[in-house]
Amino acid sequence: MRKYDHVIFELSNPHRRAYEIPKNDIEEVSLDSFLPKNTLRKEAPELPQVSQVDLMRHYTNLSNKNYGVDTGFYPLGSCTMKYNPKINEDMARLPYFSKSHPMQDVDTVQGNLQLMDELDQMLSEITGMDKMTLQPIAGSHGEMTGLMLMKAYHQDNGEDHRTKIIVPDSSHGTNPASATMAGFDIVEIESRENGEVDLDALKEALGDDIAGLMLTNPNTLGLFETQITEISALVHEAGGLLYYDGANMNAIMGKTRPGDMGFDIIHLNLHKTFSTPHGGGGPGSGPVGVKERLIKYLPVPFVKKEETGYRLDYDYPKSIGKVSNYYGNFGIYLRAYTYILSMGRDGLKKASEVAVLNANYILSSLKSHYKIAVDRHCMHECVFAGLRKEIAEMPVVNIAKRLLDYGHHPPTVYFPLIVHEAIMIEPTETESKEMLDEFIEAMKAIAEEAKTDPETVKGAPYTMPVKKLDEVGAARNPIVRWSPKES
Amino acid sequence: MSERYYTKKHEWVLVDGKEATIGISDYAQDQLGDIVFIELPDVDDEFEKEEDFGVVESVKAASDLYMPISGKVIEVNEDLEDAPELVNEDALSNWMIKVEVTSPDEVEELLTEAEYKDFIEEE
Repeated sequence: MRKYDHVIFELSNPHRRAYEIPKNDIEEVSLDSFLPKNTLRKEAPELPQVSQVDLMRHYTNLSNKNYGVDTGFYPLGSCTMKYNPKINEDMARLPYFSKSHPMQDVDTVQGNLQLMDELDQMLSEITGMDKMTLQPIAGSHGEMTGLMLMKAYHQDNGEDHRTKIIVPDSSHGTNPASATMAGFDIVEIESRENGEVDLDALKEALGDDIAGLMLTNPNTLGLFETQITEISALVHEAGGLLYYDGANMNAIMGKTRPGDMGFDIIHLNLHKTFSTPHGGGGPGSGPVGVKERLIKYLPVPFVKKEETGYRLDYDYPKSIGKVSNYYGNFGIYLRAYTYILSMGRDGLKKASEVAVLNANYILSSLKSHYKIAVDRHCMHECVFAGLRKEIAEMPVVNIAKRLLDYGHHPPTVYFPLIVHEAIMIEPTETESKEMLDEFIEAMKAIAEEAKTDPETVKGAPYTMPVKKLDEVGAARNPIVRWSPKES
Repeated sequence: MSERYYTKKHEWVLVDGKEATIGISDYAQDQLGDIVFIELPDVDDEFEKEEDFGVVESVKAASDLYMPISGKVIEVNEDLEDAPELVNEDALSNWMIKVEVTSPDEVEELLTEAEYKDFIEEE
């Protein structure tokens, strides 16, 4: 059924039903007796009408086309697509948790509050921060929350004139986007050749209009920012705060901590580093941690442990308020908590060590065919700048598409923007050497093909449910609504 | 005929008296690949040199457009709204905006065509 390619509307046949609602034994009331006329539709919506077996087969067939970490290697750079152990799911499905409701009296969900309190402490310890809020439901949401905290801090100190945020040109696109959303103006500084912050450019940008600097470490090229302590000293001297984007936290667990590097506000992506489901299958979770002087601005409520048990404390007049409905994505906390406990202190450290080792293994294995962006050891991900000139010339988008035919999810391409023809590979710690070797062989085989049979590479993929897509046509003339074929 | 000047961010500018025409270089359109969307400012918007005045989006990436020179927008190439591919076809004749120049001396800080060629060869 690999060729299955129907839209559910195509299966529709009037009067077919997947489920019949039992006949209503309550007297019927017509809609227009209690709703204004202009709110009623004149025609019934054209919903697909299918039988239950058609419905099941349709979605089961579509689901079989899925690709994920449970089906294969997924080296999407900057996304940390590690395998998520299934014990995380078992714990999240424990009925005591899964059947609890956020509106229950706190006395009846003491275990939930305990878990939130302990997860806060664990994440704080791992990152070197003093307190976390678990509320944000995505990394970008964490960024937004962190920047609101930064704003609250400066305003509270009578420094309303600090309206600008510095971002390096290598930063994740969400950084300037979040800062803009939070009402800041962006000052972009150019990176040095190796992707590290240019201290001179930073000094020039700093001033009493700067609210703070947003940074990832390791940076977007997968390299450790060696001048981080100088950077944080400079920003602090100028009265600014340092924000840490936790996108690359998987490289440093148990090795170093953003809090020790001088960061004041950080966010984590539980769905990256802490092994919870990713993206559409998520939901995500982006806890934000702060240093002592910023705690009073964190979102309410705080989970407080008292002699009589845990309670929710809303008494923080300087809080930026809630940033999520209820308490964030609680089911995700369970998975991250389970992951941290099952890995343990040494396990987390080992995870980062192996993540870095795996990335370096790929870096050194592929440099015979691909051009290294910056020639030095990388952290948890490695960045290439396309094929080596003496091998062949081939746009990386074609290499990525060809990799699909070899059965692997492609790495990130054309990011970071500061690298020409960027290929960004993040294998994570959960892949075996055999899998890495298979991927390396595929990448080398494609490089050889680019030399001997470039047309094959340019026409890829050939084995996917859909073939080479007209991305330009889709962007210029998008068809976003299905309509029946003219017969 | 006045000379075309370039920036290191790959915009070009042609200055004719108080009026300047601005676009992106052929090298820039080639690097971007198929352009699918161009966002341009409104007439009367004012920009400082090096300030971003719009966005070019291709299948690969979205890139900001930077002012080669300070000025006030007097005309926007509206053809690009429906046909951004014109820039791929001919980046030099399909300009993006025309501005009234506020500091004509700024041109001297820009790259000449020959200097720009050397610059992109090093890239």
